[in-house]
Amino acid sequence: MRRARDSAGLGVARAIAFVSPALLLVGLFLVFPALWTIYIGLTDYTLTGPSSVAPSFTGLTNFVTALDDALFGNAVWLTLVFVLGSAVLGQNLLGFALAWVLRSARPVIRRVVEAFVLLAWILPSVVVAYLWTAVLDRDGGTLNALLGNDSTAWLVEYPMASLIIFNTWRGTAFSMMLYSSALAAVPPSQLETARTVGANGWQTVRDVVFPHIRGHVLTNTLLISLWTANDFTPFLLTAGGPNHESETLPVFIYQQAIANGELGYSAAVSFLLLVVNLLVALLYLLLLRRRA
Amino acid sequence: MTFSLMLRRSLYTVLIAALLAFFAIPMLWLASAPFDSDPGVGLRWPDWTLDNWRITFEHPYALGSLVNSIVLCAVATIVTTALGTLASYALSRVRIPGRDALLYVLLLLSSVVTGTAAMVPIFVLMLQLGLINSQYATGLVIAGGMLPAAIFILKDFIDTVPRSYEESARVFGASPGQVLLHVVLPVARPGIATILVWAFVQAWGNFLLPFLLLRDVAEQPAAVLLRTLRDEGGSANLTVIPAFSLLYAIPVVALYLFVSKRYGFRFHGGIKA
Amino acid sequence: MIELTGLSTVYPNGVRAVDGLDLSIADGEFFALLGPSGCGKTTLLRTIAGLEQSSSGAISLAGRDVTKAEAGKRGVAMVFQDYALFPHMTVAQNIAYPLRVRRASKQAQQDAATSTSANLGLSDYLERRPGQLSGGQQQRVALARAIAMSADVLLLDEPLSNLDARLRLEARTFLKRLQRDLGLTTVFVTHDQAEALALADRIAVMAEGRIRQLGSPKEVFQRPADTFVANFIGSTPMNLLTGTVRDGQVDVAGALLTPPGDLRLTDGAPVIAGIRPEYLKPGTEGITGVVSIVENLGVTSLVTLECPGEVLVGLTVPEHEEPAVGATMTAAPAPGRLLVYDSETSELLTA
Repeated sequence: MRRARDSAGLGVARAIAFVSPALLLVGLFLVFPALWTIYIGLTDYTLTGPSSVAPSFTGLTNFVTALDDALFGNAVWLTLVFVLGSAVLGQNLLGFALAWVLRSARPVIRRVVEAFVLLAWILPSVVVAYLWTAVLDRDGGTLNALLGNDSTAWLVEYPMASLIIFNTWRGTAFSMMLYSSALAAVPPSQLETARTVGANGWQTVRDVVFPHIRGHVLTNTLLISLWTANDFTPFLLTAGGPNHESETLPVFIYQQAIANGELGYSAAVSFLLLVVNLLVALLYLLLLRRRA
Repeated sequence: MTFSLMLRRSLYTVLIAALLAFFAIPMLWLASAPFDSDPGVGLRWPDWTLDNWRITFEHPYALGSLVNSIVLCAVATIVTTALGTLASYALSRVRIPGRDALLYVLLLLSSVVTGTAAMVPIFVLMLQLGLINSQYATGLVIAGGMLPAAIFILKDFIDTVPRSYEESARVFGASPGQVLLHVVLPVARPGIATILVWAFVQAWGNFLLPFLLLRDVAEQPAAVLLRTLRDEGGSANLTVIPAFSLLYAIPVVALYLFVSKRYGFRFHGGIKA
Repeated sequence: MIELTGLSTVYPNGVRAVDGLDLSIADGEFFALLGPSGCGKTTLLRTIAGLEQSSSGAISLAGRDVTKAEAGKRGVAMVFQDYALFPHMTVAQNIAYPLRVRRASKQAQQDAATSTSANLGLSDYLERRPGQLSGGQQQRVALARAIAMSADVLLLDEPLSNLDARLRLEARTFLKRLQRDLGLTTVFVTHDQAEALALADRIAVMAEGRIRQLGSPKEVFQRPADTFVANFIGSTPMNLLTGTVRDGQVDVAGALLTPPGDLRLTDGAPVIAGIRPEYLKPGTEGITGVVSIVENLGVTSLVTLECPGEVLVGLTVPEHEEPAVGATMTAAPAPGRLLVYDSETSELLTA
């Protein structure tokens, strides 16, 4: 009944003053770059050379070039594989599996496992990259030591597979926590009904659990896919190599912009990424709204 | 106990052990290599020594980069927390025209304009402003990226501070500044602390922006230096890298433990709910 | 002390929460704003405090026009329904807060806290946090804080509703004594009519943003100004019976009752007769009906009679005189206790 309007007596003027500094920063470093990249993408701006001082307006040339560019197509394809493998499948499945299995674990065990999974998430990306470089190294790497193999340079011979496993390891924590709370919200009485009827684990998941968490699966997948598609960490592991075999879109943009100095071109590609991000984010928010 | 039950139990145990191993094994390197006198890329029982640490500390850029990290993160954290708190307070309490649309847009922005998508225009912006190699500018850029999420989380927190606290203080004659300082901030402390730590951890681990914008080795924070250590001379400097990695990783882990231990509760003392 | 003239508070959606109110509250008075939810009593209180801005009209406190003044500058102290004690401050700091806002010295703050808490029996709790206190203690701290402000007016928003039933009665007595000792002009809001009757010197019964009746507890109880007030006041529901005027008497529930002598009634006019169950006395003449329900209220019993025309009439009888269910009973209003209301306007007909 009570309308909560300005309980602190701030007044609209002061409120706007409070909000402005934050909005200024956001406008400067988020909004402006997003819009400006459109403009840069329409020029032939480069880091060095004549086009760096006097770039000319080239219209949609960059976009057309991108569509023809084999490397761009390669980057898009690899990104799709990366997202599908490590996010849609990897983190989702492993996260759910962990949440499901740990439900009935002893609290101590659960805490220990969750701690390590979380640790993988919170360690800085540079450190994690080294950890996995160590694991995947041909000569001294942990994986080869365990397998008794000393001839496979995983990062060189199977770069995408390595990246997918790596990113699954890295990001599962988020999905695990999400599914943990989603599972906790499934009415225990329904789970117990399934048990008394004799349903096995798989059937219980399919018939009782999944209907409850269906919405969560979709929104979670969207979110982690968005994050994975924009993830720069592959650069730290393979730098896109060997020979562009693991050059996902973020790495591609970087190489074009800084290594090749093609600022206009990479801005155009960035813009395409922004559009995709926007579509995914809008879909995500729409689904969230609908669920609430 | 039937056989199938025992089988199930053992499979279950094996599964958990496998999962645990999957997550823990890569991390073990951090526990062994820094103390190994002949550190390899792989995992092995170390030949215990503290020499690596001495060499790390003597490395010309190692400690300096940690200081850079602290400065950079301090700037980003303080700016994010201060501006974010003010903004979320105003947004929580006052119905500014367009507030809901604004919140929606902020949410969108934070997900859409990622470091990767914005790296080119930000690089160009800083280049043209002559702010490459500036710690403070980079800190501000990082803060700008963190603000939308910070405002969201803080607004949620401040929404739960009962308005009667502020009204009460107001009736007692407190000015809006006094209300904020005496009443709102102390009660919202857990939320603010959470944002402080979250922002610091994000900034500490941020690789892309400092990598792009801080090209001079002397200005680079630990995140970037750690990578540079690998590239210089072509092969990895394995004496320094493990120790430095550990050093670099510890603050993050410590902060995370600290926050989850301390602020797992909510302040309900003064309101008869 | 408090003068409200033509006061209105209108919400953005057009709802007139307070509608053209005129009110005068005397110095040192213990005044109640009573009414059901949504009647505007809390809005009125908050408007006096300055937390809501009035849309039209004027407010003056202690002779000063404060209509446009900010909340902190009106010289009012307010205790909220949830007490609003600051959880991160000790009891002493909470009490001294009004002085801290005015930048009083640390010594002055401490003295205020010590003396005020002593008066309210809180001396042992000065270093505790609100979360460590019971409900009753929290209420006293909130009162202490309001008193420490040395304001002209004290405003209380539902002061007793957060306490459990037993505590409420003790707190009621405590509050009445406190107000009398302090002599502070106090306005409190409540939806509990028993509370208002017990505590207040005068009551304003409100509905839909307007005052329906302004008077002492006795007046409001014995002579409710309209059927709404009649219905709202009193622990047992008042009998409101439709009837007609016949030959100067009121024909209701199959009986002819004598109205108060000085009333001028139009023959044949439809009226509503109001009689409190406590004022219907069993006798030989009056309303007759069959006893259908007897409810034990402790010292008395509430008897429901089914009268001609399917009219239900309630009366209270002392504890030894409960009639049997099914018996026939006759009861008449005690002299001067019959109230006659106009059917159309619902207002009390007076001489």
